[in-house]
Order: sequence, then structure tokens, then C-alpha cells
Amino acid sequence: MASIGDGSERQRIAQQRLRVLAGHLRRLGAEERPGVAAQECRAGPRTRRENVPAAPQDIMKWNGWGYADSKFFFNKKGQGEFTGKRYRLSGLILPSLKDWFEGTFGANLQHKSPAVPSLNTSAVAPPSLNEAFVEELKSTGIPFSHDTEDRVFRAHGHCLHEIFSLRDGRVGRCPDMVVWPNCHNDVVKIVELACKHSVCLIPYGGGTSVSSALECPPEETRSIVSLDTSQMNRILWIDEKNLTAHVEAGIIGQDLERLLNESGYCTGHEPDSMEFSSLGGWVATRASGMKKNIYGNIEDLVVHIKMVTPRGVIEKSCQGPRMSTGPDIHHFILGSEGTLGVVTEVTLKIRPIPEYQKYGSVVFPNFQQGVACLREVAKQRCAPASIRLMDNEQFQFGHALKPQVSSIFTSFLDGLKKFYITKFKGFDPHHLCVATLLFEGDREKVLQHEKLVYDIAAKFGGLAAGEDNGQRGYMLTFVIAYLRDLGMEYYVIGESFETSVPWDRWVLDLCRNVKERIVRECKEKGVQFPPLSTCRVTQTYDAGACVYFYFAFNYRGLSDPVHVYEQVEHAAREEILANGGSLSHHHGVGKLRKEWMQETISSVGLGMLKSVKDYLDPNNIFGNRNLL
Amino acid sequence: KDPVLKKRDDFEDILEERRNSSDLRYAFKCYTPVLYRGLTPCKAATLKSMVLQSEQLLHVINQVSAESGESTDVVKDEAAAILEEMAHRLQLRTIRFFAYTLSKAFKALYRSVCVNEEGIQRLQQAMQEHPVVLLPSHRSYMDFLMMSYILYTYDLSLPVIAAGMDFLGMKFVGEMLRMSGAFFIRRSFGGDQLYWAVFSEYVKTMLRKGYAPIEFFLEGTRSRTCKSLTPKLGLLNIVMEPFFKGEVFDVNLVPVSMSYERVLEESLYARELLGVPKPKESTSGLLKARKILSEDYGSMHVYFSPPVSVRSLAQGRINRSQFNLTPRHVAQKPSEETQAFVNDVAYRIVRLQQENMVVKPWVLVATLLLQSVEGMELTELMEQTSWLRDLARMFGAFLDWPGTRPLNSKVVLGGPVIRRLPVHIPIRQVEGPQGPETPEEALFNRAVSVLSCASYRNQVLHVFLRPALLAMALSNANSSRKEDIYSCFDFLRNVFSDEFILSPGASVQDFDEACHLLVKCGAVELLHQDVVMAESGRTVLSFLTLLLEPFLQGYQVVCRYLREEATENLTEKQFIPAVRSFAVKLHLSGSLKCYEVLSSDLQKNALNALIRLNVVRRDGLMSNQVAIVSSIHGMLIHSAFSLEN
Repeated sequence: MASIGDGSERQRIAQQRLRVLAGHLRRLGAEERPGVAAQECRAGPRTRRENVPAAPQDIMKWNGWGYADSKFFFNKKGQGEFTGKRYRLSGLILPSLKDWFEGTFGANLQHKSPAVPSLNTSAVAPPSLNEAFVEELKSTGIPFSHDTEDRVFRAHGHCLHEIFSLRDGRVGRCPDMVVWPNCHNDVVKIVELACKHSVCLIPYGGGTSVSSALECPPEETRSIVSLDTSQMNRILWIDEKNLTAHVEAGIIGQDLERLLNESGYCTGHEPDSMEFSSLGGWVATRASGMKKNIYGNIEDLVVHIKMVTPRGVIEKSCQGPRMSTGPDIHHFILGSEGTLGVVTEVTLKIRPIPEYQKYGSVVFPNFQQGVACLREVAKQRCAPASIRLMDNEQFQFGHALKPQVSSIFTSFLDGLKKFYITKFKGFDPHHLCVATLLFEGDREKVLQHEKLVYDIAAKFGGLAAGEDNGQRGYMLTFVIAYLRDLGMEYYVIGESFETSVPWDRWVLDLCRNVKERIVRECKEKGVQFPPLSTCRVTQTYDAGACVYFYFAFNYRGLSDPVHVYEQVEHAAREEILANGGSLSHHHGVGKLRKEWMQETISSVGLGMLKSVKDYLDPNNIFGNRNLL
Repeated sequence: KDPVLKKRDDFEDILEERRNSSDLRYAFKCYTPVLYRGLTPCKAATLKSMVLQSEQLLHVINQVSAESGESTDVVKDEAAAILEEMAHRLQLRTIRFFAYTLSKAFKALYRSVCVNEEGIQRLQQAMQEHPVVLLPSHRSYMDFLMMSYILYTYDLSLPVIAAGMDFLGMKFVGEMLRMSGAFFIRRSFGGDQLYWAVFSEYVKTMLRKGYAPIEFFLEGTRSRTCKSLTPKLGLLNIVMEPFFKGEVFDVNLVPVSMSYERVLEESLYARELLGVPKPKESTSGLLKARKILSEDYGSMHVYFSPPVSVRSLAQGRINRSQFNLTPRHVAQKPSEETQAFVNDVAYRIVRLQQENMVVKPWVLVATLLLQSVEGMELTELMEQTSWLRDLARMFGAFLDWPGTRPLNSKVVLGGPVIRRLPVHIPIRQVEGPQGPETPEEALFNRAVSVLSCASYRNQVLHVFLRPALLAMALSNANSSRKEDIYSCFDFLRNVFSDEFILSPGASVQDFDEACHLLVKCGAVELLHQDVVMAESGRTVLSFLTLLLEPFLQGYQVVCRYLREEATENLTEKQFIPAVRSFAVKLHLSGSLKCYEVLSSDLQKNALNALIRLNVVRRDGLMSNQVAIVSSIHGMLIHSAFSLEN
């Protein structure tokens, strides 16, 4: 039923979209549409945007995560299914999803909480335009739009409260218009005009923020312009001698990777959001990639950055690999979250595509042992490209997403494995946990490396559990956001949040305390069913680890579920900070975690950042009010 | 807000079942306590090696070895020896043995041992959820035997108990206690870094692992006066630290109020306070003491208060991230904020203990008798007792009163305790039954009686304390203006805060509470900015003033001694005997009627108060000298006291 309804729904949206497009064409003239070759910016070959067009809402959900054609649903038989063709799970039946879903959340497939089918454009306040700005912008020829759907799509990231409101058909303050600069010079012009006419600019990359960073400050009285970098998506040059690539900052992760691959290279930077997030966004939030053990985080990858600020353009004069020239100005830009300017071009390190990739997994009798193993691996500095440790709840969750087995033989094998681990090895299925591994490099070295890691794991009681489990673990990170949309159809809301924390025992204690705090707070706030509160260690460092929490609960019976959710997340963050965790490892601060900034970096530190802001942007043109 | 409305649980007599069924079967019953859900099960021996291998201890060992030049192995051995001496060896066999013998003993000693079962249920719940710290009041050696006995009876996890090293002097018995869960700590180890490290790591390891509930006495030692003692913070600091550092989600503190109708050590205490040294703990002493088995110690009440979560207490008070910047194995000196917090918690717990102490009729009788040294007609006593009962009830006392009718003569006369209690002695002893005695002896004997009697009165002091301070302030303030009365109240409260449990910084709350109670009983009226005595308030106020009179007089005598007789080089050791003989002299000359000044407890408290108030100075730690500072402060105090006299 759901799929049929959905099909016609898509059709309807597409038709509506066409009408809107036609409107644009009339207004702007065909040559001004984004995506069409630009005027004077001809620095490099224009890349065709195959996956995300200029109007991303055409193929992406307007009120949920990711592609419109990919979603979980329960079919008539109550079996879970994932639609589309894009993922490994696509088109597969997931027989255990329902039981897990109902069992974990106390949810019921009879109790649905559907979203409003489409955006009611009349609910959105009309744009408040700065006419003088619009006039001058027109003369530059830079495409722009004040179409409602364009504005709404750029008014939010993917925090729970943002998506929840959209599903409810509620829209808060939106940008008043969207501009699509085509190159660095366009951005310079836009910023100049914004300063001249006192317009508020909010840079927009992939829109995957989970820190309320894209939310328009409701108190903003100026006209707000969303500066969408999606058209600045070219690789300007590749330097094979120095192994660097100079790229426009609007490029989306998967496009960057695909284009580099065509030349035999990669950046190796793979945040979980890489399908949708942009290079500029990574720089602006200090992003971290899954394979940072080999390639480094964004701050390690960046060689040169160009950023347009109200004060002018900031960049270094050379591409030396390291400099002793006072504090690194890159570090004012990295993590500035769009408060100082727009990152337009970035030079990144690139690597030849690895010859060989291999997934792997290890089962541990309990979380403690698993953490101890990860610690040892980090100590010996032999971490594979990626190593992650799921706790027991997440292990069970992963199992719920196992597709229907194709033959009796596989199911027999699965049974045998389970028997071996739980009965023969004596692992308690309610305590065991799994580490997923990804090795990369020369075939031979990978195999050596693999052996080394498995040997260490064995010392902590770990048993190798096969490539398939490993791969499923990584796949989970790409589909988990889709699962939240499924939950929201059935009164289940949730979110993930992360932190980084020193080794010793903090990792264990922090995980336990935060999980317990979540359970307690839910109970206190009147949540009727026990929440899902689970964590995993996703990155290891010499001195600590990155921990990711998933938290979700069934909100039936609550009058203001989002408020309850926010209170619990707030408490969880307090608990993280009290237990020695950081405010954020890679999601950033945005507006969601602003209140803790002073405590986190001291008031002097905050003053330092403020003075930089005051110098670069005295009139708060970049007025998204993140961070400070 | 109103303390009277406080709902308290009902009691069950646990001895009743013991009287009706086999003790042997009881001792061998199936014992399966519910366990802490985060428990990592381990044996007592594994526990020791865990402590010895802990980073915390190794860190200190390395430090000590670097400082002293000894090799780490030597220091390690030293640490192991300390731990060996300290550690308990809890085993069920010994518990069962105690379960049997104590059943016999308790049945002989007590008429009933009453426990609030709801408290037990709450405790059981708490024990599953979080590490639990049991904090009983400390009046008698019986306390911890009784605690373990009760927990065994209700099938709860047996606690490990911090006990003083003195018990180890008792051959055999010390080891028996060790096997029933006691671990032994030296009374003082101020500067010994290694000892402190072993000790704190031992306690913290047990707590973190959820090995067993940890039991210790906040008051540090048995109260010889039956008055709660100022809490000691060392162990409380230790058990809270794992929470501060995030090693456990929460720690539950459970105050336990143990009220005795008559304490086993009763007469020993009075003598000890008068300077007769405390008999050394020895096995033969214990055997000699078995004659007490033939005496009747009435009934006993044990009240388990609801668990207090350290996490909720710390909410908004402690910024736990302050512990993030040092590795956890490096011991940090607690910040001022933390110290103040721990101190507040300690006072709060002691007040909870007090609140749920059961007050028996004799306590009120003793209180009244102490106020009329000349004695009282029985009917008058009965009348006044029932008046006092109503007052106490109004002030929130937890009374155990036989029946609902007013105290009748049967209870007083037929009551098991009164006949033997020294309560009647102050009235009768004047004749001196043992023939001729020297004036000193007579004084001593009479002082024993008065101090014994006072130890009963002390059990109800916490109920009247705040109103009594206000009553005293009312009669001494310069005007009836609220500010004046408050400043007088605050002064008195400050002076007596070593004597009674008065939380630091809670002066305003205490004042409000006192006002509230006195208004409620009609003794005082609040008129705009004034606090005035009501017409009908005379009886209540004079009772309350008289209640604190002995303490006031005692402090005055101490002040007088320091002004008139003390020399420059008085050491703390000499101080007590010197004050005592000064007081004896005053007594014999007939110019002093108060006996409580002879109590070493009062003398020590007075000295501490004077030091705290900068009237007297301690010169150097080594010499323990007390120098007299004739500061303005000193004059102030003196004049204040003489004014009140």
C-alpha cells in the first residue's frame, strides 16, 4: 500500500516541480539557470552533476534523509523492505526488522504517525527581499531564486526537531532567497553586495548538518540569503607530482571521490554523510572520515584554503606542506561553521587508489574486552583504515537488518556460527559485541596487517567473524539515517550524537554513564517505553577514541515528544562533558551545542574567537549565529 | 516543610521470629541476597591483588619510592603488608556463626529489635541499582554487629565495615570480626601517603566493583554522650570520588538511625568522660563483660532512611568536568567546592540519622530531672513528661510512646529501665548509701550520675536545639528586633557548632525553622520586624533555655580557666585535666553547681570552638600548644557569656 501511495506522491511532486521550474525559466531566462555553463569562470572542465542536481529536492526527500527513491517500509506481510536500487540493501526483504523494531521500542505497526504528504507552501512566510541587493545581484548574472521550495529546502539540516517539524508541515524562518554562485569570483561579488546592502548570508553546502547550523536565526531582521555552493563543483587541477588536487568547495563527497577515481586517485576522506555533504562543509565543521587512520581527518588533508570574508579573501601564499608562520590561519577557518565567510577553493592531498580492500569483523565476549582490544591496536599504531566497535544493542540492531537468506545452506551455516560462538565459545548473546574492520593497501600488506590485528584481537578473546559482518556494519552507517525516517512513521524518534574521549577507562565509563543517564531521563520525562540507547566506538587515536551514541524512543503518550527528546539529549551531553568527553568530535557546535562553548574552550578562548569574528565580519554578514 | 507531617515507616520486631523458631536453622538458612547489577564477582583475595596492581597505588608507590630512595619492591611489600593488616576476609561461615551466637545474645539483651521493613525494601532496591554506602549512627560496639545481623536476616548483601584498629588488639575476636566483613584502619595516619593510598584504593575498588555495600561511621567513633558527633569527612570523600570521576553512575548513601533504649557501654562512657581511661579492647575484657547478658537493655530501634543519591545531591553543586584534566590515577586534592559539598552532605546525613532516631519516654524524663536538681514529685514528673511529650511531638520528634494515653504511672514505675537507670540517682544519692566518702568521691559519683542522665537527655537535643538557641537569643538580645535576635542567635549557633550538629552556612534556615516551631507552639509571636515572647510562652522558653544552660555554663568555665589560670605553654594534653581540676575546685568551693563541665567531651568541644573563633591559637602542630590570645574577639565572647549569665 505504502509504495503505491508513494509512487503517485512522487509523480505529483514531480509535476509540481515542473511547474515551479517553468516559473523559474520565465523569470530568470534559460541562460541563468544553474547547471548551465557559467560566464567568465572557466577555470576548469565543468563536471556534470549526476547525483544531485541544482534542485536537489527533485531526487531527495524534502522532509527526511537522502534519496526519495530509497526508504524503508513494512510490506503487507509486515516484513521490512528497503526500496530503490542504490544500496546493497535495496530491494531486499528484511524479515527480522519488524520483531526487532516492535520488541525494542514497544512500537506497533498498527500505530502510525504519518507525515504530511507535501509542503503546504502557503504556510511559509513570503520572502522579505532587499530590493537593492536583488537589483544589483541581477546585474551580475548570478542565478538566484526565491521560490518557496528552494528556500524551505535550505532552511534546515537533519536534526530531529527540524525533520519532525517538516513532517508536521511546520516551517520556521526560511532564507528569503537562494543564490548559486558558480565560482570564487561570484562569491566575492555576492559577499561584497551583501556587505553593501546589509544582507545576512548563510553558506549552504550539502545540508547534512546535525547541529542546527543551517537554521535561520528567528531574531534576524535583515533579508537572509542562502549561498548555495552546489554549482562550484569542479576539480580545477590535479598535481600528480605533489599528489594534490585543487577543488571547488561546493563539490559533494561522492562526486569528488568518483572524479578523482577516474584519474586513479582518491582523497580517502569518507565521512558517513559523504553521499551528500560538501568539501566546504567538511572544512567548515572539521569533518572526520571513516578511514582517517590512513588518510587523516580533514585538517590533515587540507594543504591550502581560499575563503571569502567580508574583510576580503584569506589564503596562504604557497602550498608548503607545513609552515612556522605564527598560528595556522587554516585553523581559524576549519570549524568556523560559516560564521566568518565562504570557503571557495581547497587544495587537498590525494592518494593513488588502493590496490586492495578487505572488510573484516571480530566478535568479543563483551564491550570491555572490545574496548581493551581497540586500545591495544591504537597503542601499537596498527589500526586498519577503519576499526569500529559496536555494543551489544547495536550488534542486535545490525542483525535485524540481515536480509532474507537465499538458501537453506546459508541459514544452516548461520545457525552453526551462532552455535559455535554462543555455545562452544560460551559468549553470552546479550553481552557479545562486534568490531568491524576495513583494510586497505597492497594486497600483501593488507593480509599481513589483517593477521596482526586478528592476533591482537585474539588476546582479548576476540574471534574473527567474517567479511560479511564487517561489510554489513559499514553499510549500516549509510542506511541508519533512513531508518530514522521509518521510525518516525511509527511514533519512534531518535538521533545520533558523538563525542571524543581519552582512553584510560573513560571510554567504558562514559559509555555506561551516558547510556544510563539516557534511560533515566527518559523515565523521568514520562517516556512510556524503555529507550534504545546504544553506542559504538568509531575512531581510535593515540590518546583516545570517538564514541557515537544512538538514542531513540517510542513517543506515544507524550504531548511534546521533541521537547522531551531535546531535554534528554541535553542531559546526555551534560553527562558526556562531566565524564571527560568533548562537546563534539566532528559534528560541530552549530546552535545546538553553543551553550557549552564557554565551558569548553574557556571564556578567554571564546573571546579570542569573537575578536577574530569581529575583525573579519564586524557587521555579522555571516549571521547564522553558529558557534559563538 | 512541617517536620511533624513527616511520614515514617512502621517497625517490625525481628527478634520475635527468633524467639519462636530455631536459631540453628536460622543460622543455616539459605542466604541468597540480590546483587548489584554491575557486579563483577570476585573473591576477597582477588580484590587485594586488584588493589595492589591498581594504577592509583602503583603511582603512589613510585612516588614514595622516588622520595624515600627505597626500591619500588620494598615499597610494594610495604603496601602489601598494609593491605594485609587492613583487608577483611568476609566469609559466610563466620556470618552464620555470628547469626547463631548473636541471636542468643540479642534475645538475652533486648526485649525487641525493631526494624522498618519498608526501609529494608528500599535498600534492597538501591543495592541492585547502585553501589550502596551504609552510614549508621555510632553509639555502641553493638552497632555494626547489629547491622550485619539485620542485613543477614533480611537476605541483603553483607557489608564490609570500616573499623578502628583497636579491635585487632583482641585476640581471636579481631580475626572473627575480620571474617565477618570488618576491615581495619589506623586511627590516625595523617601524613602517611602510602597508607592513605592503600586504604582509599581498597575502599574505592570495592565500591567500583560493587563488591559489597560499604559501611562506616560518619561520626568516626562511638559517641560517648549519645549526642551526634561532628562528622568526619575522610571516608565520605573516598566513597564519593568514584562518582565524581565518572567511574560509577551513582552512589547511594543510606543513613541508618540506631536508637538504643540503653547503651551497653552506658556507665563506662560516663566514667570515661570524667577521665577514667577507656578499658583497652581485649578478649578477656569481653569475656568479663558477659555479665551484661543478664541485664535488660530494653528495646532497640533501627531505622533505614531512604537512600540518598550522591548524583542528585551533586546536581548543580559539583562541576564534574574539573576532574577531566588529570589522569584518574593521580590523586587530586579536592577543590574547595568539593570539600564544602562533602561537608554539607555529611551534615545532611547526620541530621537524617538524628531525625529518625527513636526517642523513648525515659529520655524526656531524664531531660526534666536534669533541670530540677532538687528532685520532683512523681505526679509532677508525670505531668511534665506528658507536657514535654506534646512539645517534642510538635517539634517533630520520633517518639516511641507506649499506648496513646498520656504517660501513666504504670509505665514510669513498672517500666523495666527506670528502676535500674541512674535516673533516680541524682535525687536519692544525696544521702550517700556507701558510707563516708571524700568530697571528691562524692562529686565524682554524682557527676557519673548526672552525665549518665545527660546521655539520655542528649538523645532529644536535636529536636529542641534550634528553638532552644532562639529562646536563648530572645532572652539575651538587646532588643526584640528580628535582626538583633538573629545576630544573637547566629553568635550562639557559631559558638556551639562544635557541640551540636549545626550545618555550616545554614544559619538563616535554622533561624527560620526555630521561629516557625516557636510560633507554632505559641511561645513566640512574629510582629512585623519583631520577635516577641507570647504570654503563654514562658514555660516553653524557660524549659528551652534551661536545656542549654549546662553547655553555656561549661563554656564559661572553660573561658574562665583560660583567663584566670592557664599559662603560656599549655599543651593540649594538659588542657583537659587542668580544666577538670579547675572545675572541681570551683565545685568544692560551692561556686559551681553544673556537673557537665566535668565532661571531657564538652571541654574538647569548647576548646575547638575557641580555636575556631580565633580566641585561642594552636602554636605549631608538633607541640600542640595552646596559646592564649587576648584578642578583641576574646573579650567579646567573654562579655557575651557574662551577659547571658
